[in-house]
Amino acid sequence: MIRLISPRELARLGILGMNQRNHGYIGRYNRRQNYQLVDNKLKTKAAALANHIPVPELYGVIEHQFEVRRLDALLAERTSFVMKPVQGSGGKGILVIAGRRGGAFIKTCGTAIGASDLRRHASNTLAGLYSLGGRTDHVMIESLIEFDPQFAQYSYEGVPDVRVIIYKGVPVMAMIRCATHRSGGKANLHQGAVGVGLDMATGRSICAVQQGRIVDVHPDTGARFDDLRIPHWERILDFASRCAEMTGLGYLGADIVFDYHKGPMLLELNARPGLAIQLANQCGLRHRLRAADRIAVEATDRAERVRLAQQRFGVACDA
Amino acid sequence: MIASRTQVALIVGLLLLLGLGLTLYKTTMLGFPLLPGEYRDVWTIESKISFQPKDEPLTVELELPQGLAGWTIIEEHFASSGFGFSVRDSDGHRKARWTREGLDRPTTLYYKIQTYRAAQASLPDRRPRPVRPPRLEPDQLAAMDRLVAMLRERSAGIETFTELMIQEINRKTLDQDVEFLLGTYQADRVTIMLDILASAGIAAQRVRGIALEDGRRRQTISSLIEVHNGSDWTLYHPETAATGLPPDFFVWERGDEAILTVVGGQGSSLEFALLRNTLPAKTVMAMEHRTREYALVDFSIYALPVEQQGVFKTLLLIPVGALVVVFLRLFVGIPTSGTFMPVLIALAFIETTLLVGLLLFIILVGVGLWIRSWLSRLNLLLVARVSTVVIVVVLLMAVFALGSYKLGLDQALTVTFFPTIILAWTIERMSILWEEDGPHEVLIQGGGSLLVAVLAYLVMTTRVVEHLTFNFPELLISLLAVIILIGRYTGYRLSELYRFRDLAKPK
Repeated sequence: MIRLISPRELARLGILGMNQRNHGYIGRYNRRQNYQLVDNKLKTKAAALANHIPVPELYGVIEHQFEVRRLDALLAERTSFVMKPVQGSGGKGILVIAGRRGGAFIKTCGTAIGASDLRRHASNTLAGLYSLGGRTDHVMIESLIEFDPQFAQYSYEGVPDVRVIIYKGVPVMAMIRCATHRSGGKANLHQGAVGVGLDMATGRSICAVQQGRIVDVHPDTGARFDDLRIPHWERILDFASRCAEMTGLGYLGADIVFDYHKGPMLLELNARPGLAIQLANQCGLRHRLRAADRIAVEATDRAERVRLAQQRFGVACDA
Repeated sequence: MIASRTQVALIVGLLLLLGLGLTLYKTTMLGFPLLPGEYRDVWTIESKISFQPKDEPLTVELELPQGLAGWTIIEEHFASSGFGFSVRDSDGHRKARWTREGLDRPTTLYYKIQTYRAAQASLPDRRPRPVRPPRLEPDQLAAMDRLVAMLRERSAGIETFTELMIQEINRKTLDQDVEFLLGTYQADRVTIMLDILASAGIAAQRVRGIALEDGRRRQTISSLIEVHNGSDWTLYHPETAATGLPPDFFVWERGDEAILTVVGGQGSSLEFALLRNTLPAKTVMAMEHRTREYALVDFSIYALPVEQQGVFKTLLLIPVGALVVVFLRLFVGIPTSGTFMPVLIALAFIETTLLVGLLLFIILVGVGLWIRSWLSRLNLLLVARVSTVVIVVVLLMAVFALGSYKLGLDQALTVTFFPTIILAWTIERMSILWEEDGPHEVLIQGGGSLLVAVLAYLVMTTRVVEHLTFNFPELLISLLAVIILIGRYTGYRLSELYRFRDLAKPK
């Protein structure tokens, strides 16, 4: 027998459903014309830099099929890099190269691929295989994040990232997404990554979830999630809030990664952030979104919004 | 926000009222039944007369059917722009006549009827004309005499004589005399058969009509043989020798006169496009009596030409399929590959029937995926690769159709009804999904798509739904309102009740 939760119970918990997210938030507060800045990662990068938000270094862009031949030259001096579609969605088409061995490129999972595979990946991306609605796309190549060793135990074969949901400029909920063997080094929850809900006040872990089930330790490394605490927490919330201002989107997801040398960096933005964050936090979004409506009215500047969010959305307040 | 809400409410209300109002009017005032009750097969027969005009005055005469053997003609329609046109009754015949001074290019004339078989009556009795032996060349006459003698010798009466003769003429290895007659006659087999009967002194005549086949485009007239045994008439099929009127045979004319005569033209032909609509008996009655009284009846789908009616039959089901998809996506949350792909698959299922369709779909996509996995090694650009998959799908369909035909499985021939391009994209998308997210996700999305397709199929083939969409197309307006309303639904999806199920427990 399939166990279900009653809609009334869900409403009491304040869980945001897909229909309401699309209709009440994305449809209402995200204007089409502002999507460009988010869907196009190059534009995101440029805007972020203009707003003093650090981003991974851009190595190069491939816009046309004939440029694919120059890929070797472009990558000559790089031992590690990330290739991604400029307008990709859902983490599709991201190829992470962690090192080289002879003429081969080593993926994070340890598999070696050849230069021809890289070129094929670039051609596919250009043809629009990974982009929304199959439009033709460009390939961008950027630096690989050297992640902070303190996160090494929480993520397997991939970079963990912090997802923050920002509503009307107010950060409302956050989680860190840890790659697992099952997720193939990707930080996508539906592919099997672990989502760890974060206390908005402190950046401490609340609870961890894999495929909708609560877990205490990382399935591959065995590290306990209880001890997890995100450094530079205020700065991350500030970045997130700044992203909302920069894009003009009312409902936004920001993905932030940690570089060992350069600290937190904006990886990408998402105008249609998923709902799994509620599972990772074991908490619904709706009550917080309503509270954020009030904060947006009360607060005058960004610092105030972040401060009020930390104050009102901390674990102590939710209980 | 309130303004937008009232706007939506207003639009929805208006559309709902409009659709339901029109439906109500049609049911109460025009007698269209809301629920399908007893059904009648109403055939629309569109006759197409084409010819090459010569440089002289033109007269085209068509013998019109008179509703024999229980066939009732509900509606008649002539297309005759630019022609002088008249319908004349004379000694038991009705003839339509198109005339024109001259014409310089090939032309087509149309005559459309709607008819159904009101009663399973047989042809009315009538006195046979005196038998006149055919006029033949001496050698033909000799062959004919030998043949008649041979048939007489082996038969025991008029019935067996006729049956034996039909068998003899349809045999694969022909008797010498029959072969000679067939070779020298400048006419069809039915004419020969009638002449043989006449030579044997048996009263017989030709019955012309149309073998009805739903969706058939270029049907030609066919003939039966009616034989008088001294007291009664019996109909014989000229190939199978089966007696009686075949079930789907529309009797056009009884007798040997030509149906179509064209003076001042050459190369004339008469072809029929056929369509069957299964209509409630009451609707048929309403159409029979009120065609001319109410313009709205004339405004229904039935007023369209046959071919378009056939198209609309399926076209009108698409919104219903869309409604099913909207419902399953927004209320249930079933993941599908491609939003409306399931509707197109469901449309194909209507042609192939469900089980065969499912089997064909799974095999096609399965084999396609296998070939596609091999293609991915060739390192092709996306557009070329999808085109390759399209071609592979078409080839697979051909192989399927051929293979099954040779094996005698006619049903697999319907494989052609699957939308090729959609299939190719489905294969491409599933293959990517396989590479990126693993076979598990492919099963979930593929299964979801098939489930939605099957449900859409089940809804679309429900008798009530078919009845309502075709008879009350105005209900689409109300359907539109319902979809607009669903588009405003912000509650939970069924899948979310499952997804967030663990939140119910206290931590």
